[in-house]
Amino acid sequence: MSSLIKHPKDFYAGLMYASVGAAAAWICRDYTMGSAVRMGPAYFPTLLAILLIMVGVASLIRSFFHRGEAIAAFAWKELGLVLGAIVLFGLLVRVAGLAIALILLVVISAWASQQFKLKTAVLLAVVTTAASILVFVKGLGLPFAILGTWFAR
Amino acid sequence: MDILANLSLGFSTAFGLANLFYCFIGVVLGTLIGVLPGLGPVATIAMLLPITFNFEPVTALIMLAGIFYGAQYGGSTTAILVNLPGEASSVITALDGYAMARNGQAGKALATAAIGSFIAGTIATFLIALFAPPLAEMAMQFGPAEYFSLLVMGLIVSIILAHGSLLHAIGMILLGLLLGIIGTDVNSGAERFTFGAPWLADGIGFVVLAMGMYGVGEIVNNLEKKETRDVMLKHVSGLRLSWAEFKQILPSILRGTGIGSFLGILPGGGAVLSSFAAYAVEKKLSKNPIPFGEGAIEGVAGPESANNAGAQTSFIPMLTLGIPSNPTMAIMIGAMMIHSIQPGPAVLTEQPALFWGLIVSMWIGNFFLIVLNLPLIGMWVKLITAPYHLMYPVILVFCAIGVISINNTEWDVFMMAAFGLIGYIFGKLECEPAPMLLGFILGPMMEEYLRRALLMSSGDATVFFTRPLSATMLAFAAIALVVVLLPSISKKREETFKE
Repeated sequence: MSSLIKHPKDFYAGLMYASVGAAAAWICRDYTMGSAVRMGPAYFPTLLAILLIMVGVASLIRSFFHRGEAIAAFAWKELGLVLGAIVLFGLLVRVAGLAIALILLVVISAWASQQFKLKTAVLLAVVTTAASILVFVKGLGLPFAILGTWFAR
Repeated sequence: MDILANLSLGFSTAFGLANLFYCFIGVVLGTLIGVLPGLGPVATIAMLLPITFNFEPVTALIMLAGIFYGAQYGGSTTAILVNLPGEASSVITALDGYAMARNGQAGKALATAAIGSFIAGTIATFLIALFAPPLAEMAMQFGPAEYFSLLVMGLIVSIILAHGSLLHAIGMILLGLLLGIIGTDVNSGAERFTFGAPWLADGIGFVVLAMGMYGVGEIVNNLEKKETRDVMLKHVSGLRLSWAEFKQILPSILRGTGIGSFLGILPGGGAVLSSFAAYAVEKKLSKNPIPFGEGAIEGVAGPESANNAGAQTSFIPMLTLGIPSNPTMAIMIGAMMIHSIQPGPAVLTEQPALFWGLIVSMWIGNFFLIVLNLPLIGMWVKLITAPYHLMYPVILVFCAIGVISINNTEWDVFMMAAFGLIGYIFGKLECEPAPMLLGFILGPMMEEYLRRALLMSSGDATVFFTRPLSATMLAFAAIALVVVLLPSISKKREETFKE
């Protein structure tokens, strides 16, 4: 397969455009199309979806003729830790409260660095969390619970 | 209306104590993020939006604008001193600026950048004052057909000016337009692409998208690279230019200002392209015995003036037409909407103090930059060495708190993470996120104008070609597209962006 695809970046980008376009066009079948005078909710997005499919197909075709570099390897560990830390923050911010959610966000995301040291990370987390609580909750009055519903009672 | 009366209204607004103070904060913050690689103005403005909720609208905009042009300035400092452009627009400055620093002329290069930026900023401020009112008046005559054609022209110009592949730029714009449509359709009330999820009913927040793609995605990208940053220069001296040197660079500054002012107005143009174009022009015209790339002072003066002028004139289409020419302007529109100001030709007549205050504040901000930054250069140099592994978790904290505080829903946090992933993958596929962000902002506008134009013409699509202004804009777009697709020119275009 790889010998056929000469430009992997174009190939996968084209695949992405074409599939997003196809999915959008498919979903639009459930909406009213309307006419040019009275455009329904499906009119404009269907137009865009068709154009996007065309761009995707063009990119796919081009990838068989046009030589290009391979896609660089993904940094899975870094990606997973940073995104995981953010998602965990979202999950915890209400139930555990801002303080715990922020500390975990900093420590887990800092883990993604090659220079990670637990001690520095914890120190950074505590300082950042304290400063954020002071600035955002006390100073600007944003409605965050410092300790979440788990601790309420 | 008299230009002087307008400017004096602007001065009285901008010299208000709070406005002066936040202008100062804005440019200092901007310089800071400009100096620190890995944090751009889009992400910063997005992070700080929630803080400006309680501000007066004009104060909020003054501060956010300060961040934008302050960042251009800070970016050039690192480009000159350590060959690390803090912002994309200072990539060009690094070529000759860093070479000058190696020849022991770091101070001269920094002074050139500062003076060039200041002169460019001053001229651009006057250009905005001159051209914005007639443009806004013209825009008042626009019907939906003209607006639609203007958006089409804007998007096509931004495709042409995008880096890398034309095809991917088109794809990313279409993707952005589709993303912008997610949510409740204003006309029919139908929910589109929401999969019944209530947190998608209002659409995807621009801040969520921008912070995911530019904030989170960038962080992972930076983590891949190894941290190597050696500042060779501990001391910078000779921050002065002689009169002869000033006379030598003045033409370059003026040319750069002209190029930047023009390109800044075009969609997708702005600071980055301006600096590239100005460098090319200076290289052609130079009479300097020192070749470009080895420390030619014009190679710093031209692009630095151009990127500052371009940064400033990109406010023209945003303020008068409500159309963003780059992602930073898009987020400024978001900021205006949060303060329930609809950007467009009406801003000028309904909010004259805001409009003129913002413009004059840019000039004041440029003055702050030149007065403050040259003496503070030592501090910025220290900051360049700030360890990234301690910085990015703090950036994430700002992103997380910022994004959740806008709508107070954790779904925005999850979506930000998702866009971080998407942004990272796009980076691997060499798909630029900027056209997508433009499309995202313009999507709903385009649909609305298309709908209205066709409704008024009873479904006759020729309306876009029979109305003269609309036809002119579409013709311009078509010509521009054909021209870049010509093989000889498309080759040249690739070469230009490869540098």
